[in-house]
Amino acid sequence: MSEAAVRIGRPSWSIRRAAGVAVLLAALAAVPSFANNYYLEVLSEAWFYVLLCLGLNIVVGFAGLLDLGYAAFFAVGAYTAGIVTLRLGLSFWLSLPISVAMASIAGVVIGGPTLRLRSDYLAIVTLGFGEMVRISVRNLAVTGGASGLVGIKRPSIFGYHLDSIGAYYYIFLLLAVLGVAGSHRLENSRIGRAWKYVRSDEDAARAMGINHAMVKLAAYILGAIFAAIGGCFYAAKMTAISPETFSFNQSLLILLGVVLGGRGKIPGVILGALVIVIFPELFRDIGSMRMLVFAISLLLIMLFRPAGIWPEKWR
Amino acid sequence: MDALLEVNGLNLSFGGLQVLNGLDLTVGKGAIASLIGPNGAGKTSVFNCLTGFYRPSGGSIRLAGRRINGLAPYRITKLGMARTFQNLRLFRELSAAENVMAGRHCRTGAGALDAILGTPRHRREERAIRAAAERWLAFVGIPEASEQMAGTLPYGHQRRVEWARALATEPTLLLLDEPGAGLNSAEKGELVGLVRRVRDELGISVLLIEHDMGLVMQVSEHITVLDYGRKIAEGDAMAVQSNPRVIEAYLGREEDAL
Repeated sequence: MSEAAVRIGRPSWSIRRAAGVAVLLAALAAVPSFANNYYLEVLSEAWFYVLLCLGLNIVVGFAGLLDLGYAAFFAVGAYTAGIVTLRLGLSFWLSLPISVAMASIAGVVIGGPTLRLRSDYLAIVTLGFGEMVRISVRNLAVTGGASGLVGIKRPSIFGYHLDSIGAYYYIFLLLAVLGVAGSHRLENSRIGRAWKYVRSDEDAARAMGINHAMVKLAAYILGAIFAAIGGCFYAAKMTAISPETFSFNQSLLILLGVVLGGRGKIPGVILGALVIVIFPELFRDIGSMRMLVFAISLLLIMLFRPAGIWPEKWR
Repeated sequence: MDALLEVNGLNLSFGGLQVLNGLDLTVGKGAIASLIGPNGAGKTSVFNCLTGFYRPSGGSIRLAGRRINGLAPYRITKLGMARTFQNLRLFRELSAAENVMAGRHCRTGAGALDAILGTPRHRREERAIRAAAERWLAFVGIPEASEQMAGTLPYGHQRRVEWARALATEPTLLLLDEPGAGLNSAEKGELVGLVRRVRDELGISVLLIEHDMGLVMQVSEHITVLDYGRKIAEGDAMAVQSNPRVIEAYLGREEDAL
């Protein structure tokens, strides 16, 4: 790749690396032609968590803010899709822009009041926000209360009805790829650098003319948008959503993926997301012991690789 | 000479402690001015008021005629005041070039959507930001440091990165908080040259806080002396050096010395 492309901070991938990515994507696209439904189900979930972890990585990794209530943004997307299609009877595709708007509002609601807080207080407030959203959807009529929304219609595109696991495999794979590309571009941009500056030294960043409040808010909003778009398609795939999907444990799991893989580093975050989905499946045979094995493995990884399996500094 | 920075009756107190007491300070357009005073006189507090980090309890600060007290630090920077810090405040784990690029943030405007879509505006700005970073590192004399992690650079070079970062914001007034601290005498000599180049080649006015009197006397055209949050003297190097109140503030009274 030319010197000019390197200089302006665009992906400075060599031809070999680009070819590697193309082969990998072709292989992943070919998976539904031979894999059974179980594998497709697990892999769809894996791609979905890649998207969620990349979204949370914007907040936690890029901007260095803690968020223990990220599942709330996922809930905003899923419930927006449910309400738009079931209650308002509109097209699923309309729920995408609406959920992006809703997620932006939610990002401001959680981001706004917490801008002045340091990380430990931020943890408490975001945890509270996550629980507020979950308890609200549990008690509101429009969200279907504790039993949630059932019978969400699956969308069609270009006359093709999206109702097979294969279709959702491709959708989530596409979302994950878009998530990677979007994250990569954000990281190497004016706003991406601003996140690094604020994370590194907030006062120095302010002295350099950076509006730290806006920069942090942008991180919350963009992170929320990733989760909300994922949430829309999650609702379409599952056709039913309930409040307990968006529990504190869900937020923790997503955070775990980010921290485990190596926050701030895109390949690390992808790896972390794959680990949190695939690892418990590998140990399905040992029944209820598998979460224990999972937990012990996580502890070991954190003990021996505290910055994550594939951390940011690993250049 | 027109005034670029005009400070009138600046007061700052923390609880019952009066840190600055009716301070007046002027920096002319194109001037190299210094603010000196014994330890604890309130020099860095003046900088923190000027740059918006502290909110003064009274008085006014005007930059090019515009009242700036009460504005947030990022707005003041955008209006043309940049600073360095007494103890280096670099983004240590980022490269020298990335540090300098921070200074371009307030002069560029591409948003998240521009970045995600890779719009022409984003690409044009990225090129310009990159080029500006290299240019400013070359200006301060360390073009080779560009890709090195700022925290691993020699101390003197870290100071230069901070200069480059501040200059990249396109200031009209540059505030230097003890630029000579920790430098050896050769580096201090280069510092004098750099201050002059900033003023002569870039037309940027400079206000510096400095402990090294040799350096202050050599570089400044106008000196303001601060003690206990008040201005006790001002003038050129000769006038300040012979002022009895200044001598008293630095050396103590005769009876104290006994």
